[in-house]
Amino acid sequence: MLDLIISTLTQGFIYALLSYGIYITYKILDFPDLTVDGSFPLGAAVTAVLLTSGWDPYLSLLAAVAVGALAGFVTGLIHVRLGVRDLLAGIITMTALFSINLQIAGSNLYVEREIDTIFTAPATMALFGGMSLMGRKLVVSLLLAVLVKLLLDVYFSTKNGLLLRAVGDNSTLVTTLARDKGSMKILGLVIANALVALSGSVVCQEQRAFSSTMGTGQMVFGLATVIIGTTLFKKLSFVKGTTAVVAGSIVYKICIQLAISLGLPANLLKLVTAALFLIILVLGEQKKLSLHRKGGAKHA
Amino acid sequence: MLELRHIDKTYNPGTVTEMCLFRDFNLSVPEGQFVSVVGSNGSGKTSMLNIICGSIPVDAGEVAINDKIINSQKEFQRYRRMGRVYQDPSLGTCPSMTILENMSLAENKGKPFGLGRAVNRKRAEVYRTQLAALGLGLENKLDTRMGSLSGGQRQAVALLMATMTPLDFLILDEHTAALDPRTADLIMQLTDRVVREKKLTAIMVTHNLRYAVEYGDRLLMMDRGHVVMDKAGEEKSTLVVDDVLSVFNAISIECGN
Repeated sequence: MLDLIISTLTQGFIYALLSYGIYITYKILDFPDLTVDGSFPLGAAVTAVLLTSGWDPYLSLLAAVAVGALAGFVTGLIHVRLGVRDLLAGIITMTALFSINLQIAGSNLYVEREIDTIFTAPATMALFGGMSLMGRKLVVSLLLAVLVKLLLDVYFSTKNGLLLRAVGDNSTLVTTLARDKGSMKILGLVIANALVALSGSVVCQEQRAFSSTMGTGQMVFGLATVIIGTTLFKKLSFVKGTTAVVAGSIVYKICIQLAISLGLPANLLKLVTAALFLIILVLGEQKKLSLHRKGGAKHA
Repeated sequence: MLELRHIDKTYNPGTVTEMCLFRDFNLSVPEGQFVSVVGSNGSGKTSMLNIICGSIPVDAGEVAINDKIINSQKEFQRYRRMGRVYQDPSLGTCPSMTILENMSLAENKGKPFGLGRAVNRKRAEVYRTQLAALGLGLENKLDTRMGSLSGGQRQAVALLMATMTPLDFLILDEHTAALDPRTADLIMQLTDRVVREKKLTAIMVTHNLRYAVEYGDRLLMMDRGHVVMDKAGEEKSTLVVDDVLSVFNAISIECGN
């Protein structure tokens, strides 16, 4: 039972990294970014290949961040500079990434037992060597989730971070502030997909495997966690968005774990995810999936 | 000094809905002048503003500020030395941010938006004084979200934010049209005070003939892409609403309205 709780929490923290990314695109930029379904496995694919070729596991994390950032940059360019709609821009990059991921790592790639991951690397062992592998996984993913949260909190309090928030809030104002809203959107997509790929990298290191289909449904999962988190803490304005998102990610993973413990077949997982997402959307009354451009009623 | 020189603008060229709005349109606004512009819908007021700030391109002609031609500058680049207050009060501020955050953003206009702290608490006192001058009691609401303020309060803050940094030109785009008459009067008085205090060059589009007559140094009436009335100085100060209204009605009858 304790094992189950630890592993569920671990999953919650690892996927919180992805949720931060979706928080930036969906909640801050108001951009439904489907790149996620491609940049998540991209981070995993790059990590799997680098680990098998003997790279340091921590450097592999950074490499995943870099390729994720690049994926976000491409979606940003397609949307901002070529004028393709937000949803379609993401779909284009996501589709292209599916092939790219297959090119990088094939359809499946396993990381052998003797290869070190961030959970077994010398640096980790020096600090948390006394713990079981499971305990280390929990601690390392917790530290990563907290570190990234703090970095994001600091960023959002900077001038640049405030401007990024302004892009989603009122992009007209950004223009009158003499800033290019397009560049800020691209920057947001870069940061978001870097985080998503980081999450993919940690997942790959945790399960020692990459699979080309592991990205399917990640965007919906991320949206669900963001909406759960922000809805849970809607009344408590002092709770930061990033904190709410971590909570959302954990709550979500607990729900899924409960469903599996109650005998839900693994094949039905995505169906349950979709159903859960729908329920959350309706309950949270947040049906603003930006498929309809907002502000349509403002012509009065 | 703002100049529009020989501007041509045709909408939907080459289609059945082709509409030539401006042909050799010229306007010059000397430094420090406060111009009010009136005219019926479709007379070209808003198009003129959009041409000045670069949100729509021109077919020919030049837009110049202080003799520098700015045609090649993108919209966001032109705003470095221009401010704009919109008709919709929600367009001038960020609704999910506090007044303090909004004003910090506005004050940083023209400087790089880097990784320095966005909100400087030491500036709060300065902002408080500026807000107190609005007379709306906003000085004690620095940490209130913009979205929870009324339209008039938001428009007052928007006006303040648009004029926080040095400007060559201020654009007021029917900025009192969405407000109730009393709030509109208040915003209009504030506008006049800000423009005078900061000695701004400003252009104000309005449907309110009384404001156009009472405020500003010069009055323009536009009709189908032409300036049909241009009064400044002595002529403007003796102008009464009825004079403007009669010209306005004459044009409207001509158009069949």
